[in-house]
Amino acid sequence: MSTVSLRKVCKTFGEGDLAVHALRDVDMEIGKGDFVCLSGPSGSGKTTLLNMVGGLDRPSSGEITVADQRVDQLDKGELAEMRLRNIGFIFQAYNLIPVLTARENVEFVMQLQGISADIRRQKSKEILEEVGLSGMEDRRPSELSGGQQQRVAVARALVSEPALILADEPTANLDSVTAENLMGLLRHLNDEHGITLVISTHDKLVMSHARRLLKMHDGKIIDDIQQR
Amino acid sequence: MLADDLNLLRRLAWRNLWRHKRRTYIMLVAISLGAWFMLFTAAFVRGMIEQQLHDAIFTLTGHVQIHQKKYRDDPAIEHSMSPPGAKLREALGDKRISQWSTRVRLPAVIISERESRGTTLVGIDPAHEQGMSFIGDPVQLGRNLESVDDSGVVIGRRMAKRLQTEIGRRIVIMAQDENGDVADRGFRIVGLFTAELEATETAYVFTGRQVAQKMLKMGDKISEIEVITDSRDGLQKLTNKLRSAAPELETMDWQELQPLLVATVEFYDAFMIIWYLIVFLAMSFGLVNTLLMAVFERTRELGLFQALGMRPRYIVGQVMLESVILMVLGLVAGNLLSWLSVIALADGVDLSNFAQGLEQFSMPTVLKLAVTSQDVITANLLVIVLTLIASLYPAWRAARYVPVEAITRT
Repeated sequence: MSTVSLRKVCKTFGEGDLAVHALRDVDMEIGKGDFVCLSGPSGSGKTTLLNMVGGLDRPSSGEITVADQRVDQLDKGELAEMRLRNIGFIFQAYNLIPVLTARENVEFVMQLQGISADIRRQKSKEILEEVGLSGMEDRRPSELSGGQQQRVAVARALVSEPALILADEPTANLDSVTAENLMGLLRHLNDEHGITLVISTHDKLVMSHARRLLKMHDGKIIDDIQQR
Repeated sequence: MLADDLNLLRRLAWRNLWRHKRRTYIMLVAISLGAWFMLFTAAFVRGMIEQQLHDAIFTLTGHVQIHQKKYRDDPAIEHSMSPPGAKLREALGDKRISQWSTRVRLPAVIISERESRGTTLVGIDPAHEQGMSFIGDPVQLGRNLESVDDSGVVIGRRMAKRLQTEIGRRIVIMAQDENGDVADRGFRIVGLFTAELEATETAYVFTGRQVAQKMLKMGDKISEIEVITDSRDGLQKLTNKLRSAAPELETMDWQELQPLLVATVEFYDAFMIIWYLIVFLAMSFGLVNTLLMAVFERTRELGLFQALGMRPRYIVGQVMLESVILMVLGLVAGNLLSWLSVIALADGVDLSNFAQGLEQFSMPTVLKLAVTSQDVITANLLVIVLTLIASLYPAWRAARYVPVEAITRT
């Protein structure tokens, strides 16, 4: 059964002569436990596709189903609820909440989910240890390096055990060693916990970790390669 | 919304407030000053109202008056009444009544060697006037009346000036007696009284009640019974009790006796609400501007909240909570400031430089500030409710961002 399903999804920005067709009739199926990499040149539609799947933006036409819910038919509140329950995001720019500490950032989603304080505390402690940030729980994002911030973002995405993790260029701002560590961690989570991963990237290192590579060009998926 | 969610919003709102400390401090100072100005003005106006009420009630009005039914329309001797009977006396013994007194109060003419004036002759029982009306207070010059058969007369300082007379001199008072004849009698001036309003000093001349009754051949008849109670509020029940004890007489509370004063109080109450709104409006510009700036600065972050699954209504709640926290802090400081100001001016504000102008508005020359819990609660509650309304727009702006646009905005 698919975790993500796209049927003839189109996304057009602007109108008339200025219209930009970011996605053109995209069909895609991503199964549970898949590790998918979206690759392609800038402007090929990777990030737009990721945003559509995550319900951060709406398609101009087509159907998107995530965890059995028609994302394209949900209202704003329902979309927020769907993201809260099913999706973890890892952004290129980390996007941590600056006024919260590393632990509070990790607990943020769990708190919105209504998980009790004790369980939150326990889970955030474990996941921060797992991403190698033990002892840095009470630091704010401004007191962490880029790599450490990205690991907090990963911990935040993983801690509530979502069905799907969407990552947009997660290694773009990291050095090669940190990037390798991060990918090792994501792959480990995919292998051990069966979490579905969809990552958009230019990075060959990231692509090398994926089980499946979807190549995009001009808003279309032009190749679908099984890697391992 | 769960307590846990509220706790998260409170934490975010509180920390966001202190991201730009200087801006927050400036806003806090502005709100505090606004709240102080609002409450201090309220204390000033309330003091003015209280003083006017006090003066009116203690200028021979009382909290409740009983008289013959036609006396209010025509306060002539033929509309006098008998002293209270047993039933009315029993009702006047009610525990809410702290004092009551009977008076003769009739129109008269006062004549000195040089001048004559229209006035009101008031025959009083001095023992019962203390704490009841201004004539119970010590007079400015000379002595107070001492008993119901004291044949001296106490007149106002201004009346003495107009009549070109003084203490120890004799005057003549003329009034219509019970038989319809003009009665006159010579009196010696034993005291000069002063009042907050100069008009009061010419309006009344006082003598012993029995002396007035004898002069006007009234027997033991009186013009009115005045009642002072523990509180000027909630007099309806007491008034009804007195009415049923003497249905043949007219019993009125101070609100019925002084409709203009009641209208003045209502006007000031309405004015205060308008005043709060004006001050709040000035404050709200700063508040909304600050909130909008905070929202625009945090566009990306607010988009992130939504991306992570925070429902739009929580974002609205967070922004509104920020404004409420800011306003509550400002109000606490403002309330404290106004409380200190009122304490510092406990002896009253000296307005004697404006005495002539103030007379036109029946205002005293030393104004005591008055703070009522009702004014404080109304002002604070109004500000909080209006703050919630004013912060709706910035909050709504914050909640309507499309997550992807907010996150990608740099």
